Amino acid sequence: MSDVFLLEMLDIEKSFSGVKALDRVTLKVRPRTVHALMGENGAGKSTLMKCLFGLYRKDSGIIKIDGEEIAYTDPKDALVHGVSMVHQELNQVLRRNVMENIWLGRFPQKGGLVDHKKMYRDTKELLERLHIEIDPGEELAGISVSKRQMIEIAKAVSYNVRVLVLDEPTSSLSSEECEKLFAVMELLKKQGVGIIYISHKMDEILRISDEVTIMRDGKNVMSKSTQELTTDEIIKSMVGRELTNRYPPREHQVSEEVLLKVEHMTGLYEPACQDVSFELHKGEILGISGLVGSRRTELLETIFGIAQCKTGRLCKNGKEIRNRNSRDALRNGFAFVTEERRATGIFPQADIRFNTTIVNIRKYRRGPFLSDQKMRIDTQKMIDALATKTPDQKTRIQYLSGGNQQKVIIARWLLANPDILLLDEPTRGIDVGAKYEIYQLILNLAKEGKGVLFVSSEMPELLGLCDRILVMSNGRQSGILEGAELDEKSIMRLSVKYV
Amino acid sequence: MEKTKGSIKERLLGYSLYFILLVILIVTVVLEPKFISVRNLTNILQMASTRSIIAMGIAGLIIINGTDLSAGRVIGCCSAVSAALLQSRTYQSRMFQDLGELPLAAGWLASVAVAVLFAAVIGFCVAYLHMHAFIASLGMQLAAYGLLCLFMDSNGNDGQPLSNLDARYDSFVKGAVSIGGVRIPYLIFYMIIAGVIMWVIWNKTVLGKNMYAIGGNMEAAMVSGIPVNRYIMLIFVLSGICVGTGAFLECSRVGTVTANTGLNYEFDAISGCVIGGVSFAGGVGTIPGVIMGVIILQTINYCLYFLGVSSYYQYIARGLIIIIAVAIDVRKYVRKK
Repeated sequence: MSDVFLLEMLDIEKSFSGVKALDRVTLKVRPRTVHALMGENGAGKSTLMKCLFGLYRKDSGIIKIDGEEIAYTDPKDALVHGVSMVHQELNQVLRRNVMENIWLGRFPQKGGLVDHKKMYRDTKELLERLHIEIDPGEELAGISVSKRQMIEIAKAVSYNVRVLVLDEPTSSLSSEECEKLFAVMELLKKQGVGIIYISHKMDEILRISDEVTIMRDGKNVMSKSTQELTTDEIIKSMVGRELTNRYPPREHQVSEEVLLKVEHMTGLYEPACQDVSFELHKGEILGISGLVGSRRTELLETIFGIAQCKTGRLCKNGKEIRNRNSRDALRNGFAFVTEERRATGIFPQADIRFNTTIVNIRKYRRGPFLSDQKMRIDTQKMIDALATKTPDQKTRIQYLSGGNQQKVIIARWLLANPDILLLDEPTRGIDVGAKYEIYQLILNLAKEGKGVLFVSSEMPELLGLCDRILVMSNGRQSGILEGAELDEKSIMRLSVKYV
Repeated sequence: MEKTKGSIKERLLGYSLYFILLVILIVTVVLEPKFISVRNLTNILQMASTRSIIAMGIAGLIIINGTDLSAGRVIGCCSAVSAALLQSRTYQSRMFQDLGELPLAAGWLASVAVAVLFAAVIGFCVAYLHMHAFIASLGMQLAAYGLLCLFMDSNGNDGQPLSNLDARYDSFVKGAVSIGGVRIPYLIFYMIIAGVIMWVIWNKTVLGKNMYAIGGNMEAAMVSGIPVNRYIMLIFVLSGICVGTGAFLECSRVGTVTANTGLNYEFDAISGCVIGGVSFAGGVGTIPGVIMGVIILQTINYCLYFLGVSSYYQYIARGLIIIIAVAIDVRKYVRKK
């Protein structure tokens, strides 16, 4: 490793209306390295990156590239200087093709018109250089998320990137797709690029990064070479306490009683789940595993009645029920915590109380009006029960960290007092500490005798929590694992069964 | 994401406007067999010509998730200005008695200048004050009407209609060439020229590409370093140029300008865009689509007029057509579950 730094961010400070978001944070990235930036949600990672790109104006501190001080005021400046970022939520124009997305904002021109031939040629060359097999003329709407991610990286590279920031790039990739991404990163490293890698996944960090900087509450906790670190040590510095066990102890008893029976569930519209049948017992946590695109979400949506089913029967406590829409499902005692918290979960502009009570809003009627008092009492009850960290009930939910937002959403559904909970990636994008609390919550629900369907892409958490795991492959059910069969290898084997 | 193939029902629904068009055409032909004539065809195209030029401008706004409700009244203003500048010099009650003979281009430029001015104000509100185009242009609609009335009252005109346009103006707009015995109005050529220019701008220039990008994903455009506000402004100005040009032609096509000139034109333009596949979801639309949309709409209007349907019913028909068109458009982009 060289002793020269490619990028230096020294003593960066930033406050938002008096609250210190960054407190003298320092980040130094060497060329030809992957530098992992870690920290719980709300630790200040994204604020730091936004300062780097000039999206936020830093209050004080110095940013240097190649030892020269720079001050960007808009993202274009940064791009031109070879600093570029692949955002967690892909910012792409889906209705346009690959090459237009890559050269957006700087189309090659000839005689005042866009030079399509050159654009096509350059794109092809660029994609080949990175071993990405996509036709430059293809419309983005028809391309998978992982390939679209690669296109974003290609775009960054096309700016002659020197410092590349990847913000949780693997959160929606399958392990095979991750490998491809890592290969491209390796390639870029060789070309002298310094990569800042933001992720919550420990195994990834330990494998691909050279150095790690950990932040907590807007401050530096430590910067070390990865070789000197272990998972436990990282977690300890991130949460500021010892986490001896990543999963809470399992104390629940699965009852013999069948709570929910799903028979031959098939969705009507593509993408749809195909012929899925299983039983969920009282007090059971049934995991649902599978690769991205194996239609786990679609299965939950079909059970919940948001997606229409073509065939299939639902029996709850031995009686046939029908969920034709979410209202039916709610009445039948189902709750559904959706996958994309920001898109389909929270009402970002509304406060905690609104977000907590909205599902059961009818319960709070007093005559023709709503009773604020009843809503306040229930909201407070849930805030206390789930230990949600918020200044008060009137805080807008968008100001909470991801983990706390998720708690509010779970609280919303718990107030409906459901028997069956459908949880779709409830811990995605949540830091380690909050994850533990969510796990505890799920286990407590099982202990109360509720049934939980738990979809997750992280195998360790499925294995750590679930009593049985149903594996989906390409829309079909490829098996249900239990007892001694529960291990990562069996899950992987079943995941690829119908691919 | 896989593309889902619609069921037969869905696909039929997608063509329902063409069915409506077909049904109306058949009914018209059955009731009035005389309807089938080249003259009626060129009439429809002639009526569609000015409207499609206006619609091409507004289509750009819809693509960037904007709209322009003021276009109709603005067309009134533009027409009034270009009519006042180009009235026949032998006409006794001209608005500007002392005005010498002006070149036609002066009328056109004045018309475009007026439209661009209005568009730029709305564009500024949208791009820099971050107002919704709907409300900004709604306000401008009223203001433009007020200005139009003031103008019609000014210089002793006392709200009288502006008519008796310069003969050159008349022949430039209403003239025609005869090809093989078929009389083809100049206006149809103007529509084609405008269509080609706009097609090039939309598909071959940075302005056009950025327009699609901003409409398709504003966030992506922003992080790619596109000066989004400036381009929103430019799209509004381009729309102004189209509206001004359309108004200049429409003024002479109709022949007389009153305070009511241009009323509801924005409605025809927006309907034409939607029928032609410009989506209110943003980022989607083509020039041939817009022109086809306007022609379909004009054909339906013309048929109803030809059959002698009362104008009240025509209003109802036009209103329903835009609702159906939008309903179909929305269905296309709602993900089915």
